[in-house]
Amino acid sequence: MKILVCVTSVPDTTTKITFTDNNTKLSKAGVTFITGPYDDYALARAVELKEKLGASVTVLNVGGVDAEPVIRKCLAIGADDAIRVNAEPRDAFFVAEQIAAIAKENKYDLILMGRESIDFNGGQVHGIVGEMLGIPSISPVMLLDIDGDTVKITREIEGGKEELEAKLPLVLGCQEPIAEWKIPNMRGIMTARTKPLKVVEPTGTDVLTDVSGYELPPARGAVKMIKAEDAETLIQLLRTEAKII
Amino acid sequence: MSVLIFAEVENGKLKRSSQESIFYGAKVAGMMGTSATVIVAGQSDNSSLAEAGKYGASKVLHATDARLNEPNGMAYATVVAAAARQEGASVIVLAKSSLADAMTARLAGKLKAGLAANVIELPDLSNGFRVKSSIYTGKAFAYNDLKADTKILAIKKNTIAVEETDAAATVESFTPALNDGDFAVTVKNVVKATGDILLPEADLVVSAGRGLKGPENWGIVEDLAKALGAATACSKPVSDLDWRPHHEHVGQTGIKVSPNLYIAAGISGAIQHLAGVNSSKVIVVINKDPEAPFFKSADYGIVGDVFDVLPRLTKAAQAL
Ligand SMILES: Cc1cc2nc3c(=O)[nH]c(=O)nc-3n(C[C@H](O)[C@H](O)[C@H](O)COP(=O)(O)OP(=O)(O)OC[C@H]3O[C@@H](n4cnc5c(N)ncnc54)[C@H](O)[C@@H]3O)c2cc1C
Ligand SMILES: Nc1ncnc2c1ncn2[C@@H]1O[C@H](COP(=O)(O)O)[C@@H](O)[C@H]1O
Repeated sequence: MKILVCVTSVPDTTTKITFTDNNTKLSKAGVTFITGPYDDYALARAVELKEKLGASVTVLNVGGVDAEPVIRKCLAIGADDAIRVNAEPRDAFFVAEQIAAIAKENKYDLILMGRESIDFNGGQVHGIVGEMLGIPSISPVMLLDIDGDTVKITREIEGGKEELEAKLPLVLGCQEPIAEWKIPNMRGIMTARTKPLKVVEPTGTDVLTDVSGYELPPARGAVKMIKAEDAETLIQLLRTEAKII
Repeated sequence: MSVLIFAEVENGKLKRSSQESIFYGAKVAGMMGTSATVIVAGQSDNSSLAEAGKYGASKVLHATDARLNEPNGMAYATVVAAAARQEGASVIVLAKSSLADAMTARLAGKLKAGLAANVIELPDLSNGFRVKSSIYTGKAFAYNDLKADTKILAIKKNTIAVEETDAAATVESFTPALNDGDFAVTVKNVVKATGDILLPEADLVVSAGRGLKGPENWGIVEDLAKALGAATACSKPVSDLDWRPHHEHVGQTGIKVSPNLYIAAGISGAIQHLAGVNSSKVIVVINKDPEAPFFKSADYGIVGDVFDVLPRLTKAAQAL
């Protein structure tokens, strides 16, 4: 079985986001980049499937050279090889076109992604790729098991879950508890250095959406503290002052 | 040129989030000088569909193929794409939901459409088509210029305050060609909480964290939620520990909510938790530690013990 795992390189979840160049660029100074937390779940499940069923795991990133530390970390966690499409990800459509092009060439049985990237949070790339390849896309996937050619999936819905069955090939957007996040060990880090990382140039130039600028949310007003012994006044304030209950 | 809105009907009524997306779509249609059409798939009676008129739609297309009675993101995307072609829709509006999320991207792929997710305002049409969206899990906003002929907007809850009129929409049946491939995924079982107010749709949310000490103490959280008519939510460790189901977990790796009121009890306010709740209109924090970081992001705060404060709030709410 051939598994493709698509990963993003994104600011650490504790990052205080700021912008430069007149609010047109993310300020990268002092920012640590990590694998998208949902992509980490996808990778962890791929490595488990490889150990259980035997599979090759390829990691794919559409991004600049500064994404390579994140790609190496994925190799250290257990992916066999990696591809980087050398282009700044612009919009979901553009990224999906790159992933679909690689997938058409290499015919993966399973394409695992995160439920959403944590920068633009579109949760869109898997669906567009599924459409481009003419195969089903399912997200957010909480459980994934492969039994012969039947794939059993649990997907989260509002207030519950759906149990689904489908056949390979599939594109899935993953979230917990599909697998436990994996941390690379020393041996993994050593072998990752020599695993192949292929850099390819992008195809297509469709950009359907352009970001013209960014903005930070306005600061919340000062907090109004209520003494614990007067807790009941909160309910009054929510009615008369905030007018929301 | 027209605006097409995908709507969901639940228990014979247009979902709250769909009322909002219809109202939003009708406003956009007004700005563009065109009309708003709604598309609904699956079983529904005509009177509930005609209600779309209240929110500004003039027409509802109803796709009734029996295979559409079970919600199916891929097949529904095919339906909406066909409706968009028939109507010459240049803008498609959906409210974020587990069903709509499964559709938007497939639609964008089918129609080669420009897509903005987590849209939080009406578009600015003064110079092209610009929409503001929430990014970095609510830590920032982006202004997106949608350049494709067809534009898809997935709007966040509480983007627009809905107003109603007495107008009714006309209902037409719609028969799209479906592909067998759209039914390649079979639904074996659906497990869904019933009776409760679902978190993503809720206007009011009472959420609790590790400060509650254990699942056996959730009664005081549920009581307050019930008294207010609110949904319940929790922090990530609480769902990791299986104190509460996963679909209640909010934050960076959980559900993102934007209700009118978010009450956080015994939650420290880690940045990953805030990411999922910071677009709530009013935030109330109850924590025994005056230094808890959450107070910095709150509108109202109570330094106190949840086991004392929550039952008292419940009583006060019941007395309203
Ligand atoms: C990549 C990543 C993603 C994450 N995603 C999420 C996410 O999506 N959602 C999320 O919630 N977390 C997330 N986290 C975890 C997050 O960092 C925090 O660990 C978590 O939010 C803490 O949960 P908590 O506030 O319930 O528990 P704690 O941090 O243990 O806080 C408990 C609070 O309760 C208070 N307390 C205790 N007893 C009482 C009492 N009797 N009365 C009143 N107050 C009391 C304490 O003062 C304390 O402030 C993520 C972390 C990482 C690294
Ligand atoms: N630049 C990228 N390179 C590789 N995979 C990506 C990229 N952007 C998004 N993805 C994948 O698509 C998923 C959903 O992303 P998004 O649609 O941006 O929320 C992510 O979790 C990744 O698995």
